[in-house]
Amino acid sequence: MNPSNYVMLSAVLFSIGALGVLVRRNAIIVFMSVELMLNAANLAFVAFSRMNGNLDGQVVAFFVMVVAAAEVVVGLAIIVTIFRTRRSASIDEPNLLKY
Amino acid sequence: MSALLTATTVLSETTEEFELPSINYSAIAPILIIFGAAIVSVLVEAFAPRRARRPLQLVIVLGSVIAALVVVVSLAGTFLITAEGAIAVDGPTLVMQGTLLVVSLLGALLMAERTIDPLGDAFAPRASALPGSEDERQFTERGYLQTEIWPFFLFALTGMLLFPAANDLLLMFVALEVMSLPLYLLAGMARRRRLLSQEASLKYFLLGAFSSAFFLYGAAMLYGYSGTVSLTGIAAALSAKPGEGALVTIGVALLLVGLLFKIAAVPFHQWTPDVYQGAPTPVTGFMAATVKIAAFGALFRLLYVGLGGMQWDWEPVLWIVSILTMVVGSIVAITQTDIKRMLAYSSIAQAGFILVGVVAVSREGLAGSMFYLIAYAFTTIGAFAVVAMVRDASGEATHLSKWAGLGKKSPLVAGVFAVFMLALAGIPLTSGFIGKFSVFTAAIASGATWLVIVAVGASLIAAFFYARVIVLMFFSEPTENTASVVVPSAFTTVALAAGATVTIVLGIVPQPVLELVSNADVFIR
Repeated sequence: MNPSNYVMLSAVLFSIGALGVLVRRNAIIVFMSVELMLNAANLAFVAFSRMNGNLDGQVVAFFVMVVAAAEVVVGLAIIVTIFRTRRSASIDEPNLLKY
Repeated sequence: MSALLTATTVLSETTEEFELPSINYSAIAPILIIFGAAIVSVLVEAFAPRRARRPLQLVIVLGSVIAALVVVVSLAGTFLITAEGAIAVDGPTLVMQGTLLVVSLLGALLMAERTIDPLGDAFAPRASALPGSEDERQFTERGYLQTEIWPFFLFALTGMLLFPAANDLLLMFVALEVMSLPLYLLAGMARRRRLLSQEASLKYFLLGAFSSAFFLYGAAMLYGYSGTVSLTGIAAALSAKPGEGALVTIGVALLLVGLLFKIAAVPFHQWTPDVYQGAPTPVTGFMAATVKIAAFGALFRLLYVGLGGMQWDWEPVLWIVSILTMVVGSIVAITQTDIKRMLAYSSIAQAGFILVGVVAVSREGLAGSMFYLIAYAFTTIGAFAVVAMVRDASGEATHLSKWAGLGKKSPLVAGVFAVFMLALAGIPLTSGFIGKFSVFTAAIASGATWLVIVAVGASLIAAFFYARVIVLMFFSEPTENTASVVVPSAFTTVALAAGATVTIVLGIVPQPVLELVSNADVFIR
């Protein structure tokens, strides 16, 4: 199978992720969309790794997984704190800071 | 099939020829010192008794930052690429790292302050306790301090030191995250106004993660085009294969989104006022000063080393971004009524002025921008130190109306703040003037005269709101609403004095620092 199809798929996944961040209102879902974007980048890296015939892209994918895991820890900590305070994970409700 | 074969051949070849990577440990010692200190600091959190933690952490933080600073100074003149091409230690790296370390030393002093607020330091005694709950009240009553801010501080500083030194996109991404993740948490730990603080943290995190995903996808595109993530390799691929195509265009655009978000350039600036206002003031001062230095360092290296071959493609984009940043930052700052938000918009406008130096694409532009960053960092951290000291019964008095007549109540502190405002406005005899002057002359020398005309116009607009604060402090009568200045301990005093001294000295005798930056304005390739 032509690896460039995977690049196309990664572009689609990245766009879905970006759209999800912009339109969804639950902090957890927004965060999942960000993770989807990171994993789309991983897929692109691995596909390009195959197309370029070197392993750099696969190594990058490992690093990205570790970084994404660290980001999950921090992100969930922040979202859970907000949820405990406000009893809601909606990103529309924290609106004290404006103008 | 053939691609698979190539991949397996590459795999077997690399397995046979595997050698330990050569790493010049002395060249990356500053990063390693701070990183090691961060790990020790985590262990202190885990094993030291509660009472001993704060003194131990302070010794670790101040000691490691000073040690790293000494190493950076001793590395002066180093010009090499190490860690298999991943880290470049050259003039700009060392200047940025040195500045980052000095400024974060001042930032650490601000964060260590605990006499300004009668309840303790600027951080929630337990960030996990619900705001307004019985838990929180008890923790406060017992005088608990959140010492976990110090590991966060050191990890963030590790990422910052790595960011301008990163010579490949993978390391740049990792450094970006190592720098940002602790800052997201630090932003949410304020002792007072905790809802605001948590909201700032959430917004910073979601938008920051969003932008770093863009950065990563951009890196993937450039990897697809050039077959490598190293900036040197990308530059070689760009010059070897003309006719860049969609992969490069998309890749560069996405990478720029990620970096311009970190420097808070318009249109990626929306998070800045919210985060600056909500975060604990010492953290705001620390990150306002340092993140900008680190991110500009990375932006410079990416554009000048990696993408120098396609200057004609990104330069017009940065022209527009720079103009938007200066104009929007300056105009919106006029309408602000909260001093922290006003300083946030001011930092957006300043990012636009520094971008003028980036657009110059010359050694003078780089040197001027580095000088500007140094001047900006010290002034900003000093300004936020003052903001932390101006208080009323409910905590920091950030509303501008409470600053009316402050000059009559506390002439010294208001005077120092006025110096910072003049420096940010770029008035002669302050560091800000020399910074603007060197950036603008570099831009004119490389033909960006129109950009400089816009920049001067934006400086005039910006001067208006800086002057307004001074007028408010000195030329209006104090009311019963006027806040008072709390006398801080030695920590804040030292940081404030250092910020003010550097601001004035760089305005009167800028020559040594100008020489330093113009001797360090070449990237290793």
